[in-house]
Amino acid sequence: MKPGSKLKSAVCDTEVMVIRGGADAVVECGGSLMVEQAPAERRPIDPAFAQGTRIGKRYVDADGKIELLCVKAGQGSLAIAGVALQIKDAKPLPSSD
Amino acid sequence: MNISLVLQMAVEAEPERIGLVCEGRRWSYLALMQAARAAAADISSSGCSHVALLDESSEAAAIALFGAALAGVAYVPLNYRLADPDLASLLSRIAPAYIVGDAQRIERLSPDLGHRTRERSAFLVHATTSESLASADEPAEGIAVQLFTSGTTAAPKAALLRHANLLSYILGTVEFGAAAEQEAVLVSVPPYHIAGIAALLSSIYAMRRIVLLPAFDPDDWLRLAATEHATHAFLVPTMLGRVITRVDAGASADLSAMRAVAYGGGRMPTELIERALELFPKTDFTNAYGLTETSSTIALLGPEEHRAARSSSDPQARARLGSVGRPLPTVQVEIRDEEGRPLPAGERGEIYVRGDQVSGEYRERSALDAAGWFPTRDAGWLDAQGYLFLAGRTDDVIVRGGENISPGEIEDVLLAHPAIAEAAAVAVPSAEWGEAVGVAVVIRPGSAAPEEEQLRALVRSRLRSSRVPERIAFLDALPYNEMGKLLRREIRALFKG
Repeated sequence: MKPGSKLKSAVCDTEVMVIRGGADAVVECGGSLMVEQAPAERRPIDPAFAQGTRIGKRYVDADGKIELLCVKAGQGSLAIAGVALQIKDAKPLPSSD
Repeated sequence: MNISLVLQMAVEAEPERIGLVCEGRRWSYLALMQAARAAAADISSSGCSHVALLDESSEAAAIALFGAALAGVAYVPLNYRLADPDLASLLSRIAPAYIVGDAQRIERLSPDLGHRTRERSAFLVHATTSESLASADEPAEGIAVQLFTSGTTAAPKAALLRHANLLSYILGTVEFGAAAEQEAVLVSVPPYHIAGIAALLSSIYAMRRIVLLPAFDPDDWLRLAATEHATHAFLVPTMLGRVITRVDAGASADLSAMRAVAYGGGRMPTELIERALELFPKTDFTNAYGLTETSSTIALLGPEEHRAARSSSDPQARARLGSVGRPLPTVQVEIRDEEGRPLPAGERGEIYVRGDQVSGEYRERSALDAAGWFPTRDAGWLDAQGYLFLAGRTDDVIVRGGENISPGEIEDVLLAHPAIAEAAAVAVPSAEWGEAVGVAVVIRPGSAAPEEEQLRALVRSRLRSSRVPERIAFLDALPYNEMGKLLRREIRALFKG
């Protein structure tokens, strides 16, 4: 996963852009692996990973090594190896433009 | 990465929300995206190597910016105020270009270089009625924007900003969709300035409605702020000064909605920001410092810091009102000496910056060092708390007999004289010292010009004797470019001539 690359959910509309990635990290959405090309037929969503994604939010793993930006929202939720990713707290800066 | 993502996400979130207003025309995010896609198709089929804009600010600037990004072609907004020979030279450097704006002028100045021209009205009609570029493919990466630097010291350089630089800046500083629906930002900087590009990208990513003023005028600015209930604005100090002059003269000013004003792009005189804080006590002021080559802002002095500095009795804390604040969390800043060695807090040197948003790249070469640091050519220092102070351009330093003299210190002393409205110190040739100090001053209307000896005595009383000006010129006005940047080369030329 290299920064800037995009991943699509196999179960819903969710799309993410990699902000920070690990070489061997594999991201899941709605219980299924995320892919570069969305499959023609969607896989069923795992109810344990169905809290939804929110556009514009950043999702991180527990040690903050992986960071994904949600660029399209969907019904699935994000995880790595079955561990749910969390929304990163935004530290707002004053608008400067 | 491609900057079209910014608009794509806004469309995804709220397609029908109004994202841009210009002279009463209101554009939803979806309408802007559809127009950008149609423009992209036209750009792609033109086969041109650049997309240029030669026009005042309008929705065409946003559509051309995103259309170029979708087509994978660099966007080059040009300064329409340039003199013909200067503009002709830039047009030859971007040929063949797809150019939106003054078609007649382009034809006259650059007839045989294969440019495709579109008058703004024709460009907008085409963009709102034509087939759009198929959206299946990921748009290209690479260079998003090419900006010619203003060339206050030399010929304009072609600064390149990659999609990755601009997007890093936006993602690192703006929270997506953070603006409430009633928020509106009044944008009055020209489209060919980095602040004009950053305003489009930041505001669309925050989903803050953009209200465009085609060309800055203080009365138009006040009128538009009131009628559109603008909540935010960005101004260069010269513009803020002109707005305040009009307000002080009794112009009608309903700025009750104006919550936040950011300023940058030039030196802010302390009296001016103090007057602004006094006039608009409820407005948040933010000072933003950045360069074209750094994709806009790299340091910020926020609203709380303005208030803290103003109300403090500690002179060091008060002085921070004259700083540009602290570096963004996403960039690193160092002060270095002439040999490139880092300097400790409090020592003046050249400002270096590093970060994903920093391009430091020109068409001809990259200015980044091996470790990715960009030498800004701006002089400055950091205080013990990490606040960054600017001290002019390193190229403007006067080297008198091996001693480095910053023009700012002399100018500050001269400006303390009640009869002096403006002052500029530059290097003048000296047989004895190599360079010596020359100053150009403008006398306040209604004041009598002081004797030259009186001004020399004033500088001598405050600074070392090496700072005392050898030559003094009394001018009616100092030469500035339209962004309020002092054109020191013209003052130097005056002393040579």
